[in-house]
Amino acid sequence: MRRVAVVVFPGSNCDQDTVDAARAAGSDAYFLWHRETDLRQADVVILPGGFSYGDYLRSGAIARFSPIMPAVAAHAQAGGPVLGICNGFQILCEAELLPGALMRNARLKFLSRPVRVRVEAADTPFTGLYRPGEELEIPVANGDGRYVADARTAAELEANGQIVWRYVGDNPNGSTNEIAGVCNAGRNVVGIMPHPERRVAPALGGTDGARIFLSLEAGHATQLAGAVRAVGGHHAGV
Amino acid sequence: MPAFRIEVRVMPRAGLLDPQGLAVEHALHALGFAEANAVRMGKHLVLQLDAASRDAAAARAKAMCDRLLANPVTEDYQIAVETA
Repeated sequence: MRRVAVVVFPGSNCDQDTVDAARAAGSDAYFLWHRETDLRQADVVILPGGFSYGDYLRSGAIARFSPIMPAVAAHAQAGGPVLGICNGFQILCEAELLPGALMRNARLKFLSRPVRVRVEAADTPFTGLYRPGEELEIPVANGDGRYVADARTAAELEANGQIVWRYVGDNPNGSTNEIAGVCNAGRNVVGIMPHPERRVAPALGGTDGARIFLSLEAGHATQLAGAVRAVGGHHAGV
Repeated sequence: MPAFRIEVRVMPRAGLLDPQGLAVEHALHALGFAEANAVRMGKHLVLQLDAASRDAAAARAKAMCDRLLANPVTEDYQIAVETA
């Protein structure tokens, strides 16, 4: 069971859904107020959706300086898994833990509806249980969802396989290269604009988002199995 | 230390789609201002600070822009400094 810290900023509004989704997947998930400075032995950090600081100045621009963020950055730099959902994605970009930025939707409208995305990379801690190329239906709920990266950065993302999800059919917000989610070069920091925590049970309209949370526990189990194999099948108390 | 009044103009980087500017342009056209084109919409911030000199004030303002007020991926900024 992995410890999953869900950071709560003033204006976060998907924190409860995210904690619920991680708990349903078997994780020991807990809220972490943004004024804390310690992750409390988190294995995984999730920055949830919402409107931190009212999206003032730019979405995520003020939250990225919250007292918890140096600990999040240190966790990321040590290779720890970090997921940013919607506003969390915006915060990770503002914090330069992910490349690019998120700007106002091309057609200006706030979008709150299901979209189709394709899984482009299954080798991140959050997508291990998906098949590359698999299509999912997950809702977006954003006004500033247009992922923007300059031509060189976009080419690097393509070449390195750092595009994790891409919109299929309809590009709802005008994102560069239909990007719905990316990861960093180390593949441990991941951002996604749609809300997987809103598709984790049939009662919510589907379960396409559930494996993002289940992947954490599955990846953990694989690591443990690998550690056991590494000592010749003798259980080493890992 | 003397007080300075800083004005920061933040604009979406040239070449990036500015849907707000575009919407304003369409509205201007609808109102009969057909000659309006290339409308861009940005932000204007005003602040006061104390600094040893005008150059020192400008340097602090630049640091504020690089750190917080503008996003280097999507925005350009200009700073104007005047004695408060």
